[in-house]
Amino acid sequence: MIIQALAFYLFAIVAIASGVMVVAARNPVHSVLFLILAFFNSAGLFVLMEAEFLAMILVVVYVGAVMVLFLFVVMMLDINFAELREGFLRYLPVGALVGLVLLAELVIYVFWSWTVSDRAGSVAAAPQPGDLTNTHALGMLIYTDYIYLFQVAGLVLLVAMIGAIVLTLRSRPGVRRQRIAEQTARRREDVVEIKKIPTGSGA
Amino acid sequence: MEIGLSHYLVVAAVLFTLGIFGIFLNRKNVIIIMMSIELMLLAVNINLVAFSAHLQDMVGQIFAMFVLTVAAAEAAIGLAILVVYFRNRGSIAVEDINLMKG
Repeated sequence: MIIQALAFYLFAIVAIASGVMVVAARNPVHSVLFLILAFFNSAGLFVLMEAEFLAMILVVVYVGAVMVLFLFVVMMLDINFAELREGFLRYLPVGALVGLVLLAELVIYVFWSWTVSDRAGSVAAAPQPGDLTNTHALGMLIYTDYIYLFQVAGLVLLVAMIGAIVLTLRSRPGVRRQRIAEQTARRREDVVEIKKIPTGSGA
Repeated sequence: MEIGLSHYLVVAAVLFTLGIFGIFLNRKNVIIIMMSIELMLLAVNINLVAFSAHLQDMVGQIFAMFVLTVAAAEAAIGLAILVVYFRNRGSIAVEDINLMKG
C-alpha cells in the first residue's frame, strides 16, 4: 500500500510539474516533450487505477502518434517563437487569477461538497468483472453493448484522416510527375515513324 | 496514506487548470493552445478513469477511450489547418486569424 502511495505521488507530481512546463517553456519543442512526459505519467496513474488498456493506449497512440505529429509540425513550421511570446507577462496576472479561482473552486468542490452514495456501486451499467483482465473486460463490452459507438469512433477517425489529407494536399505547378494513363495510352503509330531513304541520298 | 478517489480528482483538477492557464498565457501561439487543450482532455480522462475505478464500472473507461479517439482526430485536423494556414500566411499568430470577420 505504501508503494502504491509513493508511486501515486511520484506520477502525480511529475505530471503536474511537466504540465506547468508545457505552458511555461520558452521553446515549443520543449513544450511538446514535456507534454509527452505528462502523458507518460498519466499513463502511470491509469495503471495505478487498474486501467491498463487505457494506459497502453495513451502511451502507444498518444505518445507514439499524436505527440510525434505535434513535434513534427512544430519542427516543420519555421516560426519566430520569440515574437509569439510577446505579452506573456502581460497576460500572466489575469491568467493566474482565473486559474487560481478555478482551481480553488474545483478543489473545494472535490473535497467537501459531495460524497459517493453507498448504492452507487449497485447501479453500475457495466460492473467490472472480477475474473477477467482489464483488456478482456473492455473487449467484452466494446464489441457487444457499445458496438455502434465503436463504429462511430472509427468513422470519426476516418473523417479526420480524409480531412487532414484533403486540407494539406496541393498540386504544385512545375513539378514533373509520371502520368501512367498517358503512358499506357500511347500507340506505336503516334510516336514512331519509319521513313524509307534511298541509298546514298541521306545527308 | 490511502490513495482514494479525491487524490486523482485533485490531480485532474490541477491539470485542467493548467490547461486553461496555458490558453491565457500563450494566447498568440496556436500550437501551445492546442497542447493546452490536449492537457485539459487528459485531465478529463483521468477524471473518467478515476470514477470508473472507484465505482467499479467499466463504462467510464469506454468513454475515456472515445474521448481519446476524438482528441486524436481533433489534433490531426487542427495541425492540418495550422499547416495550411502557415503555408498561406507565413505566420501562425492568433490575432492574424480574423480574415473571416469580413
